[in-house]
Amino acid sequence: MNMLTEAAVEKKLMTPDAATTYKMRGEKVTVHYGEKQALFDVDLNIPEKQVMALIGPSGCGKSTFLRCLNRMNDTIDIARVGGKITLDGEDIYDPKIDVVELRARVGMVFQKPNPFPKSIYENIAYGPRIHGLTKNKAELDAVVESSLRKAAIWNEVKDRLQEPGTGLSGGQQQRLCIARAIAVSPEVILMDEPCSALDPIATAKVEELIDELRQNYTIVIVTHSMQQAARVSQRTAMFHIGYLVEEGPTDKMFTNPDDKRTQDYITGRFG
Amino acid sequence: MALSDGASTGSGGAVAWKSDVMAARGKARYAAGRRLQIYGMIAIAFALGFLAVLVGTLVYTGSNAFRQSMVTIEIDFSSAELDRENLMDSNWRNVFRDAVRDDIGELSRSDERDYFSMFTSSAPFLIRDRIMAEPSLLDGRATFMVPLSDPFDQLAKGLVNTDLPESQRRVSDRQIAFYQALERNGAISRPINWGLFFNSDSRFPELAGLAGAISGSFWLLLVCFLISFPAGIAAAIYLEEFAPKNRVTDLIEININNLAAVPSVVFGLLGLAVFLGWFGLPRSAPLVGGMVLALMTLPTIIIVTRAALTSVPSAIREAALGIGASKHEAIFHHILPLSMPSIMTGTIIGLAQALGETAPLLLIGMNAFITSPPAGVFEASTALPTQIYIWADSPERGFVARTSAAILVLLGFLIVMNGIAIFLRQRFERRW
Repeated sequence: MNMLTEAAVEKKLMTPDAATTYKMRGEKVTVHYGEKQALFDVDLNIPEKQVMALIGPSGCGKSTFLRCLNRMNDTIDIARVGGKITLDGEDIYDPKIDVVELRARVGMVFQKPNPFPKSIYENIAYGPRIHGLTKNKAELDAVVESSLRKAAIWNEVKDRLQEPGTGLSGGQQQRLCIARAIAVSPEVILMDEPCSALDPIATAKVEELIDELRQNYTIVIVTHSMQQAARVSQRTAMFHIGYLVEEGPTDKMFTNPDDKRTQDYITGRFG
Repeated sequence: MALSDGASTGSGGAVAWKSDVMAARGKARYAAGRRLQIYGMIAIAFALGFLAVLVGTLVYTGSNAFRQSMVTIEIDFSSAELDRENLMDSNWRNVFRDAVRDDIGELSRSDERDYFSMFTSSAPFLIRDRIMAEPSLLDGRATFMVPLSDPFDQLAKGLVNTDLPESQRRVSDRQIAFYQALERNGAISRPINWGLFFNSDSRFPELAGLAGAISGSFWLLLVCFLISFPAGIAAAIYLEEFAPKNRVTDLIEININNLAAVPSVVFGLLGLAVFLGWFGLPRSAPLVGGMVLALMTLPTIIIVTRAALTSVPSAIREAALGIGASKHEAIFHHILPLSMPSIMTGTIIGLAQALGETAPLLLIGMNAFITSPPAGVFEASTALPTQIYIWADSPERGFVARTSAAILVLLGFLIVMNGIAIFLRQRFERRW
């Protein structure tokens, strides 16, 4: 009925429907921490080469779901994951799956920037080195440079690659961590509130970067900032106390959500 | 209703902060704080006082042992009766006696005995060993420094009460006269007693030194370190990173903590029964001592290593795992290197404890009388603490000072080790 604005048309065209390919699929994903159930039957698919934002109030299970996607929950003794998650159709919880390979293909950036207390160069080079991705020093140098370039931090650090990564500012550290994730050529990058420890300027840079990375990578980002979800993501999933409330194109989620809880959360009535 | 007269008005009303009651209350609160500070200061003064007394007495009694009274004698080898074809078995006793007899003039038979007993009884061998090392000395006159025997060393240091009747002291009036004659000739000197560090144990205080004990302690600590460090770290990594959290690991953990509190003498008995009894390892050997000390140090190292591993933030672990490092890569590339300074600090402190440990060494026979430093871990030897024990037990007066001196040497090693540990901690340990 209404005329769509040009921007809305563009966004509409980008939104995945039947034609979308999904990089990862989650079917009836449940997570227990000991006796406590943290996720209930979540069905959520991650579209390829888009940014999917996971939102919801604290303790809603969005980070838990994110950590299922590269099996980081394995590192918690009491965590049990049920249901099925696939990456390119392959069940990642299959006992035959090599978790090392999975985590190389599904990289992760954490809430607090966590560079290794080593040089900037070593931070980036570590991943390619343990996976044997490069044959010699020259190749490794090239990977380091291209990763830092892709993470939009090359110009800031190119003259001090041997200085410790921990000496950078918070925003630079976070981009360094993104570069570190990129260095092993992942297919999916998971970001767990990557800007929560950063100031607004650093946040803007990281958001800009996320938007660029979308061209080559599938990105899943957990965020507490509604504006951030609106700015960077194409699709948004809303979680609440362990349940997936709804999932859809970001603009629809923010303008016309189906569920009252999404509406309330987005307008700041709870959370 | 004491409060009603000024301080508080109960519920509702304003608090009268400026009232006398409040002022008195405030004063009492500050006084309590000051009292607590004073108690603390008294406690520290008490502890420091005892330490000062301990070190003070050790230095007072031990300082004597850092100097040794020596007699300088000159031997003219051209006239000495020596079998130059067979120097080793020549009669060095006569060579020595002829030389010192020249210094004092004619002596009667009984005076001779008194006179010769002023010199350490090993003097002929000291001269022989020097000549064997430096045969060119045989071509003329050579001077030698010979230690005075213990009673005369004491006399030289003014520790003999000459006012006592002659029968109650170990030096006779005649011997005092000899000593004074030598002193007048300028033959007596008191150089620094390097023998304390470079000689091995001896029955004669003037010759006894710590070389055997120091090298014994070195071998002990080496064995102890080589066993307990890798084993401790491996155990800690397994328990901290790999072991499932269940009843068995809980039990292991409790037992490790208990092990740290087991009296050391029990470890000695264990070493005696198992290492000497069953395995038939050599007695008094640093190998066995080191193994026993390793058992004692192991819990310390496990506990500090686990604490160090847990103190590395999980963000580092997640960062490594997140880019696909396997568990062991995360541990060996990141977590262990980052916790190494704390582990080293704890290990050095554990080794310092082991260095001072006496009881287990006594039980495996490391208090034997051994006159040469051990050349390896299989040879019988003593250690610093057991050497102190042996000397403290010896009746000769000279060993009193030497015991204190040995304690000072041991304390010196402990201070150096703890100093290194503190340095490592200050310099390399990360605060997260």
